[in-house]
Amino acid sequence: MPAFGSFALVVALLLSAWNLLAGGVALRLLATGSRGAIVPERLAETARRAGIASFIAVSCAAFALVWAAFTNDFRLVYILDHSNRALPWPYKFAALWSGQEGSLLLWAWLLAGYGFVLRLRHKVDVKLTAYASTILAGIQVFFLLLVNVAATPFSLVQGAVPPDGNGLNPLLQYPEMVIHPPMLYLGYVGFSVPFAFALGALMMRYPGEKWIHITRRWTMVTWLFLTVGIFLGMHWAYNVLGWGGYWGWDPVENASLMPWLTGTAFLHSVMMQEKRGMMKSWNVWLIFSTFLLSILGTLLTRSGLVSSVHAFAQSSIGTWFWVFLVIVLAVCLFTYILHRDHLKTEHQLESLASRESSFAFNNLVLLLACFTVLWGTLFPILSEFVQGNKVTVSAPFYNRVAVPVGVFLLFLTGIGPLLAWRSTSLRSVRKNFVVPGIAALVVAIAVIPLGVHPWTIFTTDHEGAFYAWVTFALAGFVATAIFAEFFRGARVIQKHTAQNLLSSAVQLTRRNTRRYGGYIVHFGVVLIFIGISGQAFNRSVEQTMGYKQTMNIGPYQIECMDYSQDTNANYDSTYAILNVYRDGHMVTQLDPAIRFYQASQQPATIVANHSVPLWDLYVVFAGTDPQTGQPVIKAFLNPLVMWIWIGLLVTIFGTAVALFPNLTAALAAQRSRVSVPAGHGPVAAGRAGD
Amino acid sequence: MSRVIRFALLPLLAVASVLTLGTADTQARFNDLGHKLMCMCGCNQILLECNHLGCPDAAKESQELRAAIGTGESDTAVMEAFQAEYGPTVLAAPWLSRFNIVAWVVPPALLLLGLFGTFALVRKWRLRAAAMPAVADDPASRDLRERIRKETEI
Repeated sequence: MPAFGSFALVVALLLSAWNLLAGGVALRLLATGSRGAIVPERLAETARRAGIASFIAVSCAAFALVWAAFTNDFRLVYILDHSNRALPWPYKFAALWSGQEGSLLLWAWLLAGYGFVLRLRHKVDVKLTAYASTILAGIQVFFLLLVNVAATPFSLVQGAVPPDGNGLNPLLQYPEMVIHPPMLYLGYVGFSVPFAFALGALMMRYPGEKWIHITRRWTMVTWLFLTVGIFLGMHWAYNVLGWGGYWGWDPVENASLMPWLTGTAFLHSVMMQEKRGMMKSWNVWLIFSTFLLSILGTLLTRSGLVSSVHAFAQSSIGTWFWVFLVIVLAVCLFTYILHRDHLKTEHQLESLASRESSFAFNNLVLLLACFTVLWGTLFPILSEFVQGNKVTVSAPFYNRVAVPVGVFLLFLTGIGPLLAWRSTSLRSVRKNFVVPGIAALVVAIAVIPLGVHPWTIFTTDHEGAFYAWVTFALAGFVATAIFAEFFRGARVIQKHTAQNLLSSAVQLTRRNTRRYGGYIVHFGVVLIFIGISGQAFNRSVEQTMGYKQTMNIGPYQIECMDYSQDTNANYDSTYAILNVYRDGHMVTQLDPAIRFYQASQQPATIVANHSVPLWDLYVVFAGTDPQTGQPVIKAFLNPLVMWIWIGLLVTIFGTAVALFPNLTAALAAQRSRVSVPAGHGPVAAGRAGD
Repeated sequence: MSRVIRFALLPLLAVASVLTLGTADTQARFNDLGHKLMCMCGCNQILLECNHLGCPDAAKESQELRAAIGTGESDTAVMEAFQAEYGPTVLAAPWLSRFNIVAWVVPPALLLLGLFGTFALVRKWRLRAAAMPAVADDPASRDLRERIRKETEI
C-alpha cells in the first residue's frame, strides 16, 4: 500500500503538471490566435481531462493512507506517529489530517476534488473554466510537490517496525476533530475556486460580471464551510482544552479568522458589482487577499513562525509556503497592473445614506478587523526585529482593539438593510430607524436591572460590561430591523394572497432567497454576538472536594458524590461524580475527568458541561490534591454560551436558504426548459453556472 | 422626551459610579492581573487560564502574584516586577512603552483614516457625479446585470 500511495502521488503530480502546462499553452495559442501543428482546443481538452484524472490519483493516495491507518501499517512513519492499535476507528480515519503530511495530502485531495467538479461543469463557460482550471492546476502542482518531495506521507520506518504506534495526540481524540479540520480545509481550499475564476477573468479580460455570477455559489458554500469549521474549532476548544473559553486569540485561530473576514467582505461587496458595476478592482483584490490569507494561515500553522497552542503539525516547510506566497502575489500584481483598465467602475457612490455606502463601510470595518488580527499575530515578530525582544499579543490586546471594531460591524449589520440603493431620503431614514431605535433603547434599559452595568467602564479598567451593554442594545436594533423587513414584505403578500403571516413570510423568502437568506444569516450573527457578550460576566470557583462536600457557584450547588479511576485499552481515567442542585432540587449529574493516554503518554481533560439558554455550568477536573488525593474541581458559570451555537445553526440555515434559487427564477427556468431546448436559453445557461 | 431621559440617567450614573468606587479587593486584583499575565511554561495561555496538568510555572507565578499584591504594591509595580523577572513575554499584551505603543495605535489610526478616506471619497464622487459621462456598456453585460437585479433584488 505505501508503494501504491507514493505512485499515485507521482501520477497526480504529473497529471496536474500536464494540466498546467498544456492548459497554459492552449490558452496562449487561443489568445494570440496562432494555429500551427497543435490544435489549441484539443490541447485544452487534454489538460482538462488530466485535471479530472488527477483527482482520481490523489483519491487513491488518500485512500492508501487511510487504509494504512485502519490496517495498523506501522511501516509508515506517519501512521506510527499518529495512530496506534487501540485507537477507535473514527480517529484512525482522522489520522489522515492529524499530522503535517496527512493534512497537506488532505489539502491536495480537496483541491483536486473542487477542480474535478469545476472541470466536469466546464460547459458553463468553456474558456473561463479553462483559465480557472489551469490556475487551479498551478496551485495543485504546488501542494503535490510538497507531498511528493518535502512532506511525503508514505515514507517508511528505517530498521525494525515497532509493534504499536505512538498514538494520536489526546487533544485530537474528540468527535468534533473528525469533522472540524475537513470543514476548515474545505473552506480554505474552496476559496481557490473564486480566486482562480477572478484571476482567469482578469487575464482574459472577461466582459461583465458573469464570473461573479458563476462563482457566487462556490463562494457562499466555501464561506459556509469555513464558518462551520471555525465554530466547530471553537466548540472543540471549549469542550476539550478545559480553560473555560472558546476563543483565545491564538495565532492558529487568528489564521482561520482572517480569510473568513475578507471572504465575508467579498460576499457583500460583489453585490455592488452585480447591481451597480462598482468596486471591480476592490473585489478582485478582496478575493486575491482571501486566497493569500488562506495560504498565510497555513504558513503560520506549519512553519512555527508564531508559537501556538494548536499547531499540531509544525515543521520546516515554511520556506515552500513563502516561495508560493511570493509567486502568487507576483502573478496577481502583474495581472492586475496589465489589465487594471478593464476594471473601471461604471457608477460611483452618490450618497452617504445609501446601501452602497453601507457596503463600503462594512468592507472597511471587515478589512480593518482582518488587519487588526494580522497585526496582532505578526507584531511579536516585528517587535523582535525592531526592539530585539519578542512581546506577547494575547486576549487583552484583542479585547481592547478588536472588540470595538466588532461592535461597530454589528451596528452596520443593522443599518445596511434599512438603506436604499443609490440614495435614501431623510424621511425614509427616519421611518425605517424609529422602531429599531426604540427597540435598542428598550433593551439598553431592560438589561441594566439584570446586572449589565455599562458604567463600570468608568470605575474599573474592564470594558466587558460596557461592550456587552452596547451589543445587547445593538442586537435589539438589528433583530427588530430584520423582523420589520420580513413583516413589511409578508404583509404585502398577505394582502394579495390572503395567506397567514407565517406562510406569507415563507413565500416572501422563497421569492428572494438571497436577500432574505442574508437577513437570516444576519440574525444568526446577532445571536452569536449575544452569546459572545456573555463572556463579560463569566465567573469561576476552584475547590478541593471530598466525598459529600459542596461548593456554590451562581444559583447552583455542586456536591461531590464519588471520585474514582477507570481504565481501558486506550487510556486510564480519573473522574469525579458530581450532583448539581438548584433551589434544593437536583438538576443534573456531571462527571468531569482526566484521561491519561497510554500510547502517547499524555493527559487530556474531559470537561462536563450543563448547558441551558441562560448559561453553561462548565466543570473541569483540575487535578488531585497531593495530600488527600481528593479531586480539585474548577467550576465556571459562563452566561449565554448556548446562543453562539444556536446562532451558528441559524447562520447555516440562512446560507442554505440563500443558496436556493428564487421561486420565480426557478419557475421561469422551468418554463424556459419547456419552450427552449436544454442548454440553449440564456437563463438556463446562467443557472447551470451557479 | 429623550432630553428628559438623558437628564434622569445622569444622576443615576453618578451615584452608581461613586458606590462602586474602591470596591476592588485583593481577590479582584488577583483575577484582574492574573488575566494580564502569561503562564511561562510555553503553553501560550493566560496565567489564570493555564490548565495543563503538572504545569511547572502556573502555580509558582500565581503565588508570586498573590505575594506581590499582599505587599500592597501598585498594579504597575507588580507588572514591572514580573517583566523584570520573566521578560516582556510575561505580559499578555504589549506594555505602553517605546515601540510597543505602535501596536496599540496603528489599528485605531487606520480605522480613523479609513473612515475619513471613505467620507472624502464619497463626497468627491458626489461632486463629480453630475459631470461624469456615461460609461460605454455592452448589451450582453447590461442584460445580465438586469437579470441579476431582477433575480436578487437585494
